[in-house]
Amino acid sequence: MGIKEGLLALLADGAKHGYQLKLDLEAATGEGTAVNVGQIYSTLQRLERDDLVEGGTTDSEGRVVYRITPAGRSVLADWVTGPEDLATARRDEVSIKVLISIYTDGLSPEEVIEGQRRATMGLLQDLTQLRARDGGDDLAWQLHLDRLMYSAEAELKWLDRVEERLETASPGKRASRVDAPSEEVVK
Amino acid sequence: MSEPVLKMCRVGKTHGRGAQRVDALVDIDLDVAPGEFVAITGRSGSGKTTLLNIAGALDEPTTGNVWVDGQDLGDLSNKELARIRRVSVGYVFQQFNLLPALTAAENIALPLELDGMEVKEARDYANLALEEVGLGGMGDRYPDQLSGGEQQRVAIARGLVGPRTLLLADEPTGALDEATGESILKLLRERCELGASALLVTHEPAFAAWADRVVRLRDGQIEEISVRSLVPSSTADIG
Repeated sequence: MGIKEGLLALLADGAKHGYQLKLDLEAATGEGTAVNVGQIYSTLQRLERDDLVEGGTTDSEGRVVYRITPAGRSVLADWVTGPEDLATARRDEVSIKVLISIYTDGLSPEEVIEGQRRATMGLLQDLTQLRARDGGDDLAWQLHLDRLMYSAEAELKWLDRVEERLETASPGKRASRVDAPSEEVVK
Repeated sequence: MSEPVLKMCRVGKTHGRGAQRVDALVDIDLDVAPGEFVAITGRSGSGKTTLLNIAGALDEPTTGNVWVDGQDLGDLSNKELARIRRVSVGYVFQQFNLLPALTAAENIALPLELDGMEVKEARDYANLALEEVGLGGMGDRYPDQLSGGEQQRVAIARGLVGPRTLLLADEPTGALDEATGESILKLLRERCELGASALLVTHEPAFAAWADRVVRLRDGQIEEISVRSLVPSSTADIG
């Protein structure tokens, strides 16, 4: 979630000042998401500039209170109901590292895979312990942990699959890509 | 460091001869300490189940030595091996192997009764084990009156019942949904925190992650993947 959409969602629930938005955003997205208060204010300024929120009034302690505008509600609705297009998502760092190591002379994809597998399994072990020990009162935090765990699991399975494919791919196929990697690697 | 519950030293296992010879395990060194939970991962055919069977005295290594509770399995008579299999080691297999003529509680109590425990005491242990796997009150049912997942949980209860020092589990969560599978792994983990040791074979990273140490078998050899320190859950404070 972008901070922009998060702020619009929170303001759709009622007018709030910047610091309250920071606290609510962290609570809504689980402890895993620490948000810098400076980011909150700079995002509010951009939202105000685009007429998605208005910040005209102040509360009893002199803090500027922000409200969502009709245009803001419309942007929020489009964002919430529009599914994320994962097919066009940017390749992540791990995929890029593995691909580069396959198609570049002198680099070992096996080493990259091994190192990443250790790190990701370690992370999954930590998350598993954390989730087992947490009482489960904080729904947002539990969902956030679930998400991280499924991602780690998927990455481990993917690394196994890469290793299998490398073993069965003919050396010629791997080598020929080295000469012309541009289209396949960075699509 | 206390004496390992399971110690494997240069263990090898070869199937077939000549051109058909397959080295299932090659010079495996593996120690499992008291209270330690170790997961073995690897592809199908990587030797995981062979390793587990050798650790549990169900199969003999071609080379090398295995100690359980400090006893070299190679030095023991068949009778002594049977006692180790019955008393020290708890097995949870992919197949349930429940006896159809016995109720769930009787299936679970059987190994304890065979070892000379009073029937009443053995049944009490069995009912406790059933509660641990979420089947409290279902002790009187016969295997054919239970679903696949319930039968699997009875088999797990049978593997865990009584005071065992080494728990061996081979893909124990196969027929279970994710939440029930997790509760079984949590149970293994709790047993380890109470002092037992566990060796889990699984191809699922999410299940392996319950272990303190994850190793991987590849071409019959062992690779260490990830070790997390043994911290009792009551004192740890990560969150």
